[in-house]
Amino acid sequence: MGTATAPAAPAKAARKPATMAQALNRALHDSLAADPTVHVLGEDVGTLGGVFRITDGLAAAFGPERVTDTPLAEAGILGTAVGMAMYGLRPVVEMQFDAFGYPALEQLISHVAKMRNRTRGTMPMPITVRIPYGGGIGGVEHHSDSSEAYYLHTPGLQVVTPATVADAYGLLRASIASDDPVIFLEPKRLYWGKADWSPDEPETVPPLGRAVVRRPGRSATLITYGPSVPVCLEAAEAATAEGWDLEVVDLRSLMPFDDETVCASVRRTGRAVVVHESSGFAGTGAEIAARVMERCFHHLEAPVLRVTGFDIPYPPPMLERYHLPGVDRVLDAVARLQWED
Amino acid sequence: MSVKSTAARSSRGGAKRRGGAGAQPPLVQLLTPEGERVEHREYSIDLTPEELRGLYRDMVLTRRFDAEAVTLQRQGELGLWASLLGQEAAQIGSGRATRADDYVFPTYREHGVAWTRGVDPLNLLGMFRGVNNGGWDPNENNFQLYTIVIGSQTLHAAGYAMGIAKDGADSAVIAYFGDGASSQGDVAEAFTFAAVYNAPVVFFCQNNQWAISEPTEKQSRVPIYQRAAGFGFPGVRVDGNDVLAVLAVTRAALERARTGGGPMLVEAFTYRMGAHTTSDDASRYRLDDERVAWEAKDPILRLKAYLTKQGVADEAYYAEVDAESDTMAKRVREGVRSMPDPDPMSIFENVYADGHSLVDEERAAFAEYQASFEDHQEGAAR
Ligand SMILES: Cc1ncc(C[n+]2csc(CCOP(=O)(O)OP(=O)(O)O)c2C)c(N)n1
Ligand SMILES: [Mg+2]
Repeated sequence: MGTATAPAAPAKAARKPATMAQALNRALHDSLAADPTVHVLGEDVGTLGGVFRITDGLAAAFGPERVTDTPLAEAGILGTAVGMAMYGLRPVVEMQFDAFGYPALEQLISHVAKMRNRTRGTMPMPITVRIPYGGGIGGVEHHSDSSEAYYLHTPGLQVVTPATVADAYGLLRASIASDDPVIFLEPKRLYWGKADWSPDEPETVPPLGRAVVRRPGRSATLITYGPSVPVCLEAAEAATAEGWDLEVVDLRSLMPFDDETVCASVRRTGRAVVVHESSGFAGTGAEIAARVMERCFHHLEAPVLRVTGFDIPYPPPMLERYHLPGVDRVLDAVARLQWED
Repeated sequence: MSVKSTAARSSRGGAKRRGGAGAQPPLVQLLTPEGERVEHREYSIDLTPEELRGLYRDMVLTRRFDAEAVTLQRQGELGLWASLLGQEAAQIGSGRATRADDYVFPTYREHGVAWTRGVDPLNLLGMFRGVNNGGWDPNENNFQLYTIVIGSQTLHAAGYAMGIAKDGADSAVIAYFGDGASSQGDVAEAFTFAAVYNAPVVFFCQNNQWAISEPTEKQSRVPIYQRAAGFGFPGVRVDGNDVLAVLAVTRAALERARTGGGPMLVEAFTYRMGAHTTSDDASRYRLDDERVAWEAKDPILRLKAYLTKQGVADEAYYAEVDAESDTMAKRVREGVRSMPDPDPMSIFENVYADGHSLVDEERAAFAEYQASFEDHQEGAAR
């Protein structure tokens, strides 16, 4: 076993304002410090600290052997991560943007996701693939995709996405610690959102596969994740003016999926809307609506509705606000939940 | 299972000092940085005074356009810009080597090549302003849309060239890509296909020494042009800041392709003088003295020195080109500011050929939804 020569993490800190980017950076730092098999790989993750600075300072702290600038080749990055994992390392791979993860899909689908199964459990793939995803930052083509459905449709992969600063830290640490591969989707437009946060509070490390009720309510449930969580919370506040008291469930982990929390909420409220940025057809919302229908049919007062991106290629920046589910589109869906007045 | 010790450390992410010391392989040069004309045993060029002045004008206008775009980004008129500063000779020289019937596959930085193909500079700005995903018809000038996904267009170029070969036409294709892109599997596969099918395609790599923050050594242990040999076609390194050499080498490569000689790799050795894009801060990963050293190899100054010495152009001509670039910059500035905002309904266009049930349903629902805001002043959805 290699010696853990990493610098000690800073002493326990009190709560103070921190961004999601800082929390992710700290999670990587702490994972590198805690486990010498953890290696960070990707384009520009070393000296530059990544284009979003999520790996800022890590190469300086842990050296280029553990925080490595790779050649510009995503299939190569993930394919070699598979080999490194076979050797006993725990690679944390960064794909620079959502759409740039696609060259690595063959490695992901045919090897990362299946290796445990093919080797009858002898060769797990403790790989975390970090991917900044989603829109709302005015990015040029290929910089705003929400690709979760592709990953969700691949048995063997876990798919995780934080919506808060504390979850960003906790979920990333849990993902890196997981012995199965995790697609860790970072909502890039929430990177710079601030919250009071301390990494040393144990409740900041939720286990994978647990949703959370972000806002309790009685009238209907908004089921959402990642970049759409703040949108739904805002919609819930606005809805009070109409007399609706909306509950907001943040899934956090799309696979494994927390049926229990989702169904408990829907059984309570009797109405549900699923909200996400990615396209609706054969999207995450379809799976969620089906699961809710199968499990909560007799509690439902209305069909489960979806508010999603349209089934179109991601539009150019000046038009993305029409494509992304916003507060008004969420409220519009809530209004169609067959209220008797 | 044992794991190798990971004790090796360095204070910065491991970037070594580069340039200068290491012996570099020879490159084709016809004009020295001082503007002296030199001969090369394999490549030669003989241009009329008018053609020489034209290359100068192309480079000055391109540089001016690029600077204007950077300014427009700073002023918030563009969301992003990828500057070509320093790469004018590589782009003008290669672009002017193409014929109208040739087909060009660019990356996102080929503003100079676009100029030589006759693409209106204003159209290049649509994508960077955020009003569209590429503002021109590729077939109008045989200039494909900018491709952002690194390396992927080299396969399209190989395939297009395979089409030409099947058809027996005598056109050629040129595929632009970067030093970073040379690592992509797509590029290796494009080389393979082009070689196997003897496709008439020139792979034109602008080695500008950097792929965002990564120096070329992180992509390749051999000079990039040498990779061609392993695929079975020739590769050559040309001084990418020497517009005459780039023109001569690219002309020869395209002519070779047109006459059944198959693919060729041209590595234009140049330098990205600016940051990767306006979102990038190059001071985080490279020292400014490297850029300063490349300033002495400036492509425009060297051609200007040559033109002046030869008596091909004088101050009056340079002043004329400057005035023309002012006019062009003004047109670009005003054009960008008055670019109409795109119509929201346009997002449903061209997803499929007309008559797609799902898209039509969503279009209708969206139109109705938008109309429901008509009473409100804001009009748009939150
Ligand atoms: C497949 C893919 N991966 C990553 C990126 C992000 N990216 C954009 S430009 C770039 C560097 C490209 O370097 P190079 O090929 O040398 O071209 P240059 O920008 O220097 O012109 C990277 C990594 C991308 N656009 N596409
Ligand atoms: Mg480059």
